[in-house]
Amino acid sequence: MIRSYSSTSGRFDWMGLAFAILLVIVIAVPLLVVFTWAFTEVWRYPSVIPQKFGLRFWDQTLSRADVWEALFISLRLSATVTALSALICLPAAYAFARMKFPGRDLFFLSFLASHAFPKFGLLVAIAAIFLQLNLIATFWGVVLIQLVGTLMLMIWIPVAAFQAVDRRMEEAARDVGAGPLRVFWSITLPQAGPTIFAAVLLTFVSTFYETEGAWLIGAPQIRTMPVLMINFINNQVVVQYGAVLSVILWVPSFIALIFARRVIGTGSFAKGFGA
Amino acid sequence: MARLKIESLRKSFAATTAVDDFSLDVGDGELVCLLGPSGSGKSTILRMIGGFEQPTSGMIRIDGQDVTRLSPERRPTGMVFQSHALWSHMNVFNNIAFGLKLRSLSRGEIQRKVDQALELVGLAGYGHRQTFQLSGGQQQRVALARSLVLEPKILLLDEPFASLDQHLRERLREEVRDIQQRLGITTLFVTHGQDEALAMADRIVVLRNGQCEQVDAPDVLYRNPQTEFVAGFIGQMNFLSANVEGGRFRHPDFTLDVEVQDGPAVLALRPEALRLEPSDSPDAAGVTRATDFGSHIMVDVELRDGARLKVMTAPDARWQKGQTVRLAASAFALYRQNRLLARGGLPVETVEGRSRHALA
Repeated sequence: MIRSYSSTSGRFDWMGLAFAILLVIVIAVPLLVVFTWAFTEVWRYPSVIPQKFGLRFWDQTLSRADVWEALFISLRLSATVTALSALICLPAAYAFARMKFPGRDLFFLSFLASHAFPKFGLLVAIAAIFLQLNLIATFWGVVLIQLVGTLMLMIWIPVAAFQAVDRRMEEAARDVGAGPLRVFWSITLPQAGPTIFAAVLLTFVSTFYETEGAWLIGAPQIRTMPVLMINFINNQVVVQYGAVLSVILWVPSFIALIFARRVIGTGSFAKGFGA
Repeated sequence: MARLKIESLRKSFAATTAVDDFSLDVGDGELVCLLGPSGSGKSTILRMIGGFEQPTSGMIRIDGQDVTRLSPERRPTGMVFQSHALWSHMNVFNNIAFGLKLRSLSRGEIQRKVDQALELVGLAGYGHRQTFQLSGGQQQRVALARSLVLEPKILLLDEPFASLDQHLRERLREEVRDIQQRLGITTLFVTHGQDEALAMADRIVVLRNGQCEQVDAPDVLYRNPQTEFVAGFIGQMNFLSANVEGGRFRHPDFTLDVEVQDGPAVLALRPEALRLEPSDSPDAAGVTRATDFGSHIMVDVELRDGARLKVMTAPDARWQKGQTVRLAASAFALYRQNRLLARGGLPVETVEGRSRHALA
């Protein structure tokens, strides 16, 4: 129950309560329904709560080979994409944050350009190119398409993180005898670390859930968890398969977010976007 | 332990010249202050000595060795930054030990040196603290220890007390001066606070627009400023503008016989060199305000032409607002185009009716 009192007047904050209830309806109720379905065996129309709870569909879902295959493909994809993205973007982010070079702003914008167009249109265009390159329905094809989507997050947040590192700290390290590389390793990276970690985590999670690209490029051979979930929801009469997968899919992001909150101060995300 | 020699140092950024033909010799164990308003180039000079900026031209030598093109990590200088710039992901010990570790000293040696440095700045036993657990003054001490532990030949202090409050600033500057004297370390200190400079420095360099206005010991600088800018920048100073005609400085309230060429000039009078006497004359100067500072009273006086002067009087003197007064000066300096024309200790005073130069 959320009860909030305005600290200044001491009067009950009806507005706050109204917003809280609205948020609960919009966010929590659908989650609750999916959650309930996942643990339901029988739930027929007039009844408000299911007639029979049980784990039968968990059993059935988890015993399917395609579910496990999709899970491992998703994990492998997310890990590969995140690693590649970090490899490309972090040095670039450092360059954008610290160095002056001709065309800097243009390059910076080019990393963000993939988000300036309607996503699906862009995907279809890329798919046409991939078709010629024989990348359709391959693991690396999906890696490439998902990589494009991660660039913005992986550039934007680390650039802000590197910019937020006090130049004087780096200079102080040079002053006591550290070379440029040592300064980067011992001062800049640890200072920017938590925020960059947040970017890596966000990238991993968003890649894990990315659906359109994975479906358009990967189908039918490469089926990730979200793609499989959509298949289940679209093609199966049994609601529970989709619900169980949804709940399973919800777990990694939940863990990631909890972890992120513990590791990073609340300011880091804001810093990332506020530049 | 070391001498610093700067020769015709120049630094230009795109369109502006931050430092223009600056030369300075700093002797062994000397503490020299670079003093100037913001934008005068004092920090740029310090950063060039530390290696963080490349001079456009000129030469920097430490003990005869040319360091002008050396990177900061290769210079025998230690810098303390205004923002202290402690590494917040390391504790106090590791902050101080970082430079020692880079020199691959043994663990015991590092421990001994860090303890010594902490002792020196009065923070013995603080090694395990996190930097954010320290107060502003303590953080600045750690920053000082971090530089001193490496025994630099030249210590560079870039407005190290600017972010501290008044009391702490005064205490810390005495301590730093103490440590500097004890170690006999050659030190360059940048500040825009004149009392800091007067309190700490063996010599003060007054800078304006990247150029050196005057280099002298604090007492000389205060008593014998060579330019109008220095006169106004160090301590309080009253300025009166008028023309010199026929060997006489002709201000409606102050006239003065001076042997200089005719032309415009500025008369500079220290508040403590002025004396007040009550006057009944209807067109005498009037007191507009008297501020009691405890040790002295500062009286604001408005002359008939609207010029305002500050006069320092003894704390037991009582001056009322609106009271008419007569002024007498015991010392003066005269400037034209920022250059000193003449100075002297002749009494100058305002006279009821017409002003005259009183010979006493």
